[in-house]
Amino acid sequence: MSFFDEISKVDVDSFRALVDSRTDRDVDRALARCGQRMELPDFAALISEPARVHYLKEMATLSMQLTRRRFGRAVNMYLPLYLSNLCTNRCAYCGFSSANKFRRTVLTLDEVRDECEAIKAMGYENILLVSGESERRAGMPYFREVMPLVKRYAAYLQVEVQPLSAEDYAELKGLGLDAVCVYQETYHPGCYRENHLSGRKADMRWRMETPDRAGQAGLDKVGLAALLGLYDPRVDLMALAAHVLYMRDHYPKVRLAISFPRLRPAAGAYEPRYPVGDAKLVQVITAWRIFDNELDLTISTREGAEFRDLIIPLGVTGVSAGSSTEPGGYAHHGENLEQWAVNDSRGVDEVCAALRLNGLDPVFHDASTTYFRAV
Amino acid sequence: MDNLVLAGVELPSRLILGTGKYASGEQLKQAVAASGAAVVTMAIKRVDTEGHRDDIVGPLRELGVRLMPNTSGARDAREAVFAARLSREALGTDWIKVEVHPGQKYLLPDPIATYEASRELVRDGFKVFAYCGADPELCRALEEVGVAAVMPLGSPIGSARGLETRGMLSIIIEQSHVPVVVDAGIGAPSEAAAALEMGAAALMVNTAVAAAGDPVAMARAFCLAAEAGRTAYEAGLASRAATARATSPMERFLEEAMK
Repeated sequence: MSFFDEISKVDVDSFRALVDSRTDRDVDRALARCGQRMELPDFAALISEPARVHYLKEMATLSMQLTRRRFGRAVNMYLPLYLSNLCTNRCAYCGFSSANKFRRTVLTLDEVRDECEAIKAMGYENILLVSGESERRAGMPYFREVMPLVKRYAAYLQVEVQPLSAEDYAELKGLGLDAVCVYQETYHPGCYRENHLSGRKADMRWRMETPDRAGQAGLDKVGLAALLGLYDPRVDLMALAAHVLYMRDHYPKVRLAISFPRLRPAAGAYEPRYPVGDAKLVQVITAWRIFDNELDLTISTREGAEFRDLIIPLGVTGVSAGSSTEPGGYAHHGENLEQWAVNDSRGVDEVCAALRLNGLDPVFHDASTTYFRAV
Repeated sequence: MDNLVLAGVELPSRLILGTGKYASGEQLKQAVAASGAAVVTMAIKRVDTEGHRDDIVGPLRELGVRLMPNTSGARDAREAVFAARLSREALGTDWIKVEVHPGQKYLLPDPIATYEASRELVRDGFKVFAYCGADPELCRALEEVGVAAVMPLGSPIGSARGLETRGMLSIIIEQSHVPVVVDAGIGAPSEAAAALEMGAAALMVNTAVAAAGDPVAMARAFCLAAEAGRTAYEAGLASRAATARATSPMERFLEEAMK
């Protein structure tokens, strides 16, 4: 039974009441269970209001200690490479939505190579390939060409592209793929329907079963997230925690990463119905670390510099810096539309300096899977 | 104090230091020097064979310590054997710490894969140091295939829970004809001393030093503890805890956030 089948058996809105009914005693109990397997009521306690009001400092300290103990001072540096802004999906919140009229592009192999050279010059070896969803022009035939080229530059290669079949993931693994990021955006069926108006992404089951397929293909890591701001965060975070438990049970060899992208209120942009403030986000990050000590927690340049410097020492293990969300943005900046605005526009060296000031060690080289691939 | 002998090599310290989780290469170098360790272990996956920006091998070679690369990250015997061969080529040493932990939550060593990889690597001429569970029969089997030392764990790696397997460790030490290196889980110098008092030949520490408030000072503390523990063992006994604190801007933010 897939995770979609499991979560479909419950009314996810009922998570709200579970979170709201948590008391100080529940938070105490959850914190005392730290290091053992935690269950959903524990996570509910960690993201509850009593936890924020009475335990946030304790949670922050615990989260830092757990992170240093498990990951040391290392922070893995990765960079997104936008391949294409072509997209057949119409998603209410996204800059690449097919409803938006702008010049669309798919990078040619020469352009991809230019990007890789520029990325190499920045020092990165952990590359996240990103594209909109276009089976026709950025589907498997395209990935078959792009993947071996990029792998020459990437010790660790991740994709955040349209969901693929288990067979396709297995094939891409053979071409050097290490990890898949696939964000569910929201686990609430009604909200999902309202925001994903057309295109293949409107098929909620196909998307939610992607981590299953990546696990079946034996990929090293799967990145999960809910897009904070779309729906009640109590509901989406609880469902995401259930997804984490499910993945741990069914695919114990797969590493898991969690991100916390959030929609911010902005003039002229998509207005989030459930904005998540800084204080809440800090609580959520520490809750993840305490809930599952092994999670990779990654943060993109969607967040601003000051806030990133504040939260990274708390428990974050993966950071991007100097990012462009525009196809071709590293070698030929300013020619194409970007997916979302980068809020931390510091260069990679500046971000590394800030990390070191916090006693952290930015790590660029992790060939953890490359070495074993030739077996 | 007797010298430790591993794979025919006489070593002046009974402490083996891991090299992960340090704030910088410089801090690692200082910690290794302060620990007095003569052997250090590093994940082959973190060794940059092309000498780019994260090189940790260079600083270690400058210190003159012996390298014990490990196969951390391997999920089965084949991957471990592959990593070992790669490391022999890249680092020019036939020492290899076999480390296979398929489960990503507790990172416990897989006994079957560890046994299979060790057997193959010994045949291939490696000096194998087998990281394993504190299972006396497994350690006996590893000894039979010819490993240079067994490295049973005190508790899950990085857990700082100390010598949870104490009872089994004492059986292993009693039965073993190869050096027993207690690996993983040691959180404090007192636990390191306790392991050597029991008769372990050596011990391996990483997180307890690297994640300490002052890693260099903690390395020195482990150096002293190792000496104390071994000296106590040789003298014959009469009878029978990482910190992290919020910085001040964080502190202010949290206070604000709790309102």
